[in-house]
Amino acid sequence: MTTKAQTMAGAAEATAAPTGGFQVSLGWWITRISLALIVIAWTIPTFGLFISSLRDKDQLAITGWWTALQTSIATEQGRTAAMDAQVEQGGQYVLSGSVFPEGSTKRVRTYGGGFLTSSGTVEYGQGEQPGIRDYTPGSVVTLDDGSTFVLEADGTYTYTSATPFDFDRGRRFFMETEIPPTFTLANYQEIFRAEAVDQSFINTFTVVIPATIIPIAIAAFASYAFTWMEFPGRRFLFYIVVALIVVPLQMALIPLLRLYNNVGLSKGYPGIWLAHTGFGLPLAIYLLRNYIGSLPRELIESAKIDGASHFQIFTRLVLPLSVPALASFAIFQFLWVWNDLLVALVFLGKTPDQIVLTSKLRELLGSRADNWEILTSSAFVSIIVPVLVFFALQRYFVRGLLAGSVKGG
Amino acid sequence: MVRKFFSRLEPWLFLAPALFFLVLYLVYPAIHTFILSFFDPHSQQFVGLHNYVWAVQDTEFLQSIRNNLLWLIAAPLASIVLGFIIAALADSVGWGTLAKSLIFMPMAISFVGASVIWKFVYDYRGPNQPQIGILNALVVALGGEPQAWVTLPFWNNLFLIVVLVWMQTGFAVVMFSAAMRGVPAELIESARIDGASEIQVFTRIILPQIWGTILVVWTTFTVDVLKVFDIVLAMTNGQWDTNVLANMMYNWMFRGGGDFGRGSMLATVIMIAVIPIMLWNIRRFRAEETLR
Repeated sequence: MTTKAQTMAGAAEATAAPTGGFQVSLGWWITRISLALIVIAWTIPTFGLFISSLRDKDQLAITGWWTALQTSIATEQGRTAAMDAQVEQGGQYVLSGSVFPEGSTKRVRTYGGGFLTSSGTVEYGQGEQPGIRDYTPGSVVTLDDGSTFVLEADGTYTYTSATPFDFDRGRRFFMETEIPPTFTLANYQEIFRAEAVDQSFINTFTVVIPATIIPIAIAAFASYAFTWMEFPGRRFLFYIVVALIVVPLQMALIPLLRLYNNVGLSKGYPGIWLAHTGFGLPLAIYLLRNYIGSLPRELIESAKIDGASHFQIFTRLVLPLSVPALASFAIFQFLWVWNDLLVALVFLGKTPDQIVLTSKLRELLGSRADNWEILTSSAFVSIIVPVLVFFALQRYFVRGLLAGSVKGG
Repeated sequence: MVRKFFSRLEPWLFLAPALFFLVLYLVYPAIHTFILSFFDPHSQQFVGLHNYVWAVQDTEFLQSIRNNLLWLIAAPLASIVLGFIIAALADSVGWGTLAKSLIFMPMAISFVGASVIWKFVYDYRGPNQPQIGILNALVVALGGEPQAWVTLPFWNNLFLIVVLVWMQTGFAVVMFSAAMRGVPAELIESARIDGASEIQVFTRIILPQIWGTILVVWTTFTVDVLKVFDIVLAMTNGQWDTNVLANMMYNWMFRGGGDFGRGSMLATVIMIAVIPIMLWNIRRFRAEETLR
């Protein structure tokens, strides 16, 4: 509600401000333009990744993603068919076909060089094929032996000679091609087919769901005890919980790894579920206790007077009322486990049936470092779920953040 | 009698699973790690302070300490300053909520995912080729030389820090935005009427009111920075003088079959850096409890 009132107040101010004279209106513009610039700078890296993951991998490797809507130009070689493909037509021998694969959207800009080289071949510059811009599509090249060659813009060629062709390997030439903007899901098909990223996606879910539910259940009981039950050492124990929130995970890994190796829990899902449960508990207990502690005392007291047991009060009254807090923590834990790399590296294997998305992505950064089509699409698969969860449940997330840190502040 | 016994036992039944996990997964390992830091690689032989003595003579360790200090200063400072600016700007425009959401979004992304995103931003091609990384493309468009950013010693640390700042600034924005909403508008208005400049309004009225929030944000970031490991692992793996303690700890944990002595020592060093914040959190919590 606050947010909405805030937005409305902001909107009212926004419409009112420009009438306030030159100085106010200058400030009005500066505010909006600087905020817009910051937002653009913040969003561009992710946007670039997304666009790139949908681009043709050859284009992606040579041009920036911001040129995705422009036609890009590439240097390629073309090759005619070999002699066994020739046909005789009206006393002439003809080789024909296309230099592009079926369904290609490429166009020829210029061609030349290779077997089309003649004394008049032009050198265009360092690093470029001599003769590559000698001919435009459709123009007929007459070679020294009287044969003619013509390449059309769509890549089809006709090579005609009065005498039979006798080469086992097609003749080579060069061309500049235009690649029109193309967007494709091929990169995604590739990472699912060749890199088993889809399996990692399932593995991540396999880790995340139990690792989110178990700590919530355990923390809810504990928070209830910390709030509504009397027992010796209650205060002291809770200080320990508060202290444990900031303990670096690094401090826990080595003994747990040793322990897991001894009891056979390492490299398996149950081990990582339990580890995430332990690591997530302090914050869970802290958040839930703050919330459960804010429920009206009279409500609990009157239930007690009516003869309800703690267990009944907890399951029938406190739990249903705590859904917003449970949701807040569930989102935290979901995002944290989904995005975790360290715990997964230590407690899970790297076999295809166990490697999670973050771990897979890190492996691809090493093995496919130059294949941006693989990296961008895999990264996108790994971020899309948490980003959607975040946008859908932002309200709970923000509420949890505020409750977790500025309590009373 | 039985009833009384049960009512005394009941809280512990509610607490038992939580206490079991907290002790097994955090309390016991933390104590054990501290003890193992005085043992040899295979945790067999007590070696006293040997691992610590080794560390202060190891160039990689000293480098990591220096880098961690740079992270500790630069990352929270940049996020807090940016967080302030963005919160102030966003709360004065109609589409501020949308702007905040977009700046907040990277918080939902993993460190590895963010590392891929930024590695792509920093991508480097030779000077005669078209750049596909947007940073180098901008540099070239402005007439500069393209650079392999993550390999430039010292500066590369800042390029890695940018990734963390990008991810965590949203948190500062949300916190400051909520805190500034709590500053009474009448207070600001009357100060303005009394002739206070905007800077005075900020330093004398707004800043003291949200000081507590700044400290909370600062300590949260400090703990995050000390634990940062994924960004360094994914982007440089500590090469080109970018190592940090947490990544070094991970390396030693597995390097050459695993040196648990040095690994534990490095974890303990991180822990020692966190302890002041831990104590401060407990104090703050106690103060809040007495207000309840």
